[in-house]
Amino acid sequence: MTTLTDPPKESFRLSMLIYDTRYRSTTIQVIALIGFLILIGWLISNTAQNLQDLGKEPSFGFLLEPAGYDINQRLIEYDSRSPHLRAAFVGVLNTLLIAALGCALATVVGVLVGVLRLSKNWLVARIMTVYVEMFRNVPVLLWIVLFMAVLIETLPAPSAFRGDDPESTMKLFESVAFTNRGIYVPEPLFSRSLGDLHLFGSSAMNFDISLDLLAIIAVLAAGWWVARRIRVRADAIQEKTGDRPTTWYLRLGVVLVPLIILLVALGFHLGYPALKGFNFQGGTHMRNSLIALWLALSLYTAAFVAEIVRAGIMAISHGQTEAAAALGLRPRRIMGLVILPQALRVIIPPLISQYLNLTKNSSLAIAVGYMDITGTLMGITLNQTGRELETVLLGMLIYLSISLLISVVMNWYNNRVKLVER
Amino acid sequence: MSGTHAETVRYVRDTMLPEQHPPATEVGAVGWLRENLFSGWLNTALTILSLILIYFVLSIILPWLFSPTWNAGSLSECREILADMGREGHFAGACWGVIRDRWVQLLFGFYPDYLYWRPIAAFVLLFVALAPVLFAEYVPRKLIWFSAIYPFLMPWLLWGGSIWTPLMVIAGIAIGYAVYRALSATGGALLGFVVSVLAAVIWWLFLVGPVSGVLHSVIPVGIELVESRNFGGFMLSITIGVVAIAISLPLGIVLALGRRSDLLIVKGLCVGFIEFIRGVPLITLLFVASTLLNIFMPPGTNFDIILRVIIMATLFASAYMAEVIRGGLAALPKGQYEGADSLGLDYWQSQRLIIMPQALKISIPGIVSTFIGLFKDTTLVSIIGLLDPLGLSNAIRADADWNGIVWELYGFIALLFFIFCFGMSRYSMYLERKLQTGHR
Repeated sequence: MTTLTDPPKESFRLSMLIYDTRYRSTTIQVIALIGFLILIGWLISNTAQNLQDLGKEPSFGFLLEPAGYDINQRLIEYDSRSPHLRAAFVGVLNTLLIAALGCALATVVGVLVGVLRLSKNWLVARIMTVYVEMFRNVPVLLWIVLFMAVLIETLPAPSAFRGDDPESTMKLFESVAFTNRGIYVPEPLFSRSLGDLHLFGSSAMNFDISLDLLAIIAVLAAGWWVARRIRVRADAIQEKTGDRPTTWYLRLGVVLVPLIILLVALGFHLGYPALKGFNFQGGTHMRNSLIALWLALSLYTAAFVAEIVRAGIMAISHGQTEAAAALGLRPRRIMGLVILPQALRVIIPPLISQYLNLTKNSSLAIAVGYMDITGTLMGITLNQTGRELETVLLGMLIYLSISLLISVVMNWYNNRVKLVER
Repeated sequence: MSGTHAETVRYVRDTMLPEQHPPATEVGAVGWLRENLFSGWLNTALTILSLILIYFVLSIILPWLFSPTWNAGSLSECREILADMGREGHFAGACWGVIRDRWVQLLFGFYPDYLYWRPIAAFVLLFVALAPVLFAEYVPRKLIWFSAIYPFLMPWLLWGGSIWTPLMVIAGIAIGYAVYRALSATGGALLGFVVSVLAAVIWWLFLVGPVSGVLHSVIPVGIELVESRNFGGFMLSITIGVVAIAISLPLGIVLALGRRSDLLIVKGLCVGFIEFIRGVPLITLLFVASTLLNIFMPPGTNFDIILRVIIMATLFASAYMAEVIRGGLAALPKGQYEGADSLGLDYWQSQRLIIMPQALKISIPGIVSTFIGLFKDTTLVSIIGLLDPLGLSNAIRADADWNGIVWELYGFIALLFFIFCFGMSRYSMYLERKLQTGHR
């Protein structure tokens, strides 16, 4: 019987750090880490040195000082005595507003255009192709400033509405006024309002939420839930008996009837804009900057969404359509029950990145003076306080969080509709 | 068929009918119209609606386009010409005078007009330099040497100055190579590589300036220097776009490889960089370029604003490029990696010979669309005060002569961008078809 001898003990040599694959990866990583730390340290020391030369101590104390500028577009109470922090908060809310409005319109237009581009009608398909190519191949910033310039230059001034024989009149049953200062639309008012909910007390971030709005949302959500229960029950009956009870009026009713009752109870009415003095009073004033930004961003993004939708529908093999037709489904149900649910899985991931792009592109608001986070924190606050480092870094951080938030929410949704593979 | 109706069959044809022409409504123009435009009541309604829309748009645009205002010197002069023709209102007619007056400025900014040949030469030579890459089968292979020189030639043509600066920058590469050759024979390849890179970087950072200064004072050869603030118009957009994309492609490949690597720290750094850049808008990065980059650099450094913008645009594009290339790498079947390993190729050999050629081919549409996106995004530099076409358009619209101009000016700029971007997207489709080998 032979005895096993230990393999010769290999002594560690320095060159093994490079030539031995067991150690090489560690070596590379350590070198990369050291290089990165040196780079960071170099940048920080440069920054510290430069700031010292300029006599600026990096601090975020300026955020609590009074801002001293007005913001015309705001969702919450704000005046020029409010601190910079609140101005930034107003900016964040404006960014979120334009992102939400833009994503909604872009989705609607994009899906419509994408489906119409696949239309059998040659003329319609060509028109949609022209739309897509026109918007995709021209910079979004150009669209934004073009829309802004068109709104300002071509719409009539408020003074054109004055007099017995005015040059312009209000449109849509005397309710909407298109002027070069913006569009005035009726605003919802409640004569028996429930009041406001005050959040965060007296801190710089306090804001009010209308209880009327909350009540409406609650009623809508409850109605939607009941409507869903009815549909589930109808499904169960269909499974059991083969006949599907007609439920659409019931489902519509449980949503609409409580809503109408609530609106009547709250004393809902519309406040119409009216010309007083040099300008329109009353109603909701949608500023040119908001409209130009909204339309330009949505129509631009819609062109990309349309391509995604088209690609998604085309990715579903024709056999699916034929199989569904063989089962006796009508074309509309084929689209709704067979094609779209499958296409959605292809569509959603790139759609998420388009939503993210739209949100990031909303930072171009600064070109038309819409006061989003770029306009407030990284615009006027930066110029007034001279704190480039703090404001730009804070702004980047806010955008980063918004992007991450959107992608987390959308990925959660994507995971829900994803094909469950065996 | 069941036999229920068998007794109703009285007659069975036993000879073939002669072949007939298809009905006139099913073939030719009429058939095409019926099938594509009027196949049902919904389709017919859509067709009629579209026709009305097209008529409506054309009836506004065509008269507007054809208006004899080419020689007008101001907007009010345009309006007079149109009023003489009896045209009034917002869409009375285009005022083409502004384009005649300012098109040169929109193309070149404030570049000295007797030096226009330089940006034009740089632009034309760009295509010569790209030819070995774009149309490899139609041009001689020797041309690739010109492509290698072009990155040094272009800045010299655009900015001008002493010929010695680009020559000395090229000399840096030669020095690095010489050091590599000298050391790799004795001290090993890796050591040689590290030291040669260090030598080249030291040369570029500290020695290029003084040495080329001395050489220039001895043999002054050079062309007139043009300041960066004179750059503008499409020249600026194309410069930023081309330089940023050219540098971001190799950077993106490195980042993509880093993100897919097994080395945890390297991977973490790459993921952090990519996700950070992709999470913030380009405009914030341009703010960094215009306000912060000088703070991050050693005290006293003050480098050119266009250079700063190019740096940030490059970093921005490289993160998107990395994601596109990562997509291409992920789409390759695992067998390709295993095949390369089984041939005994090391990491870099397999990347260079097996993986990258295929991954890059798959990524072509993504790379081109990143380039188109970046080219469009160069308009953002107008926000930090550079005079790209949009920045110039603001200045033109503020001019007393042209105050109130909208469609003509933006239409012209949009058309130029459209031509570039549409052309590129069509080229990428052509390339995709050409490189299609039937399998992925």
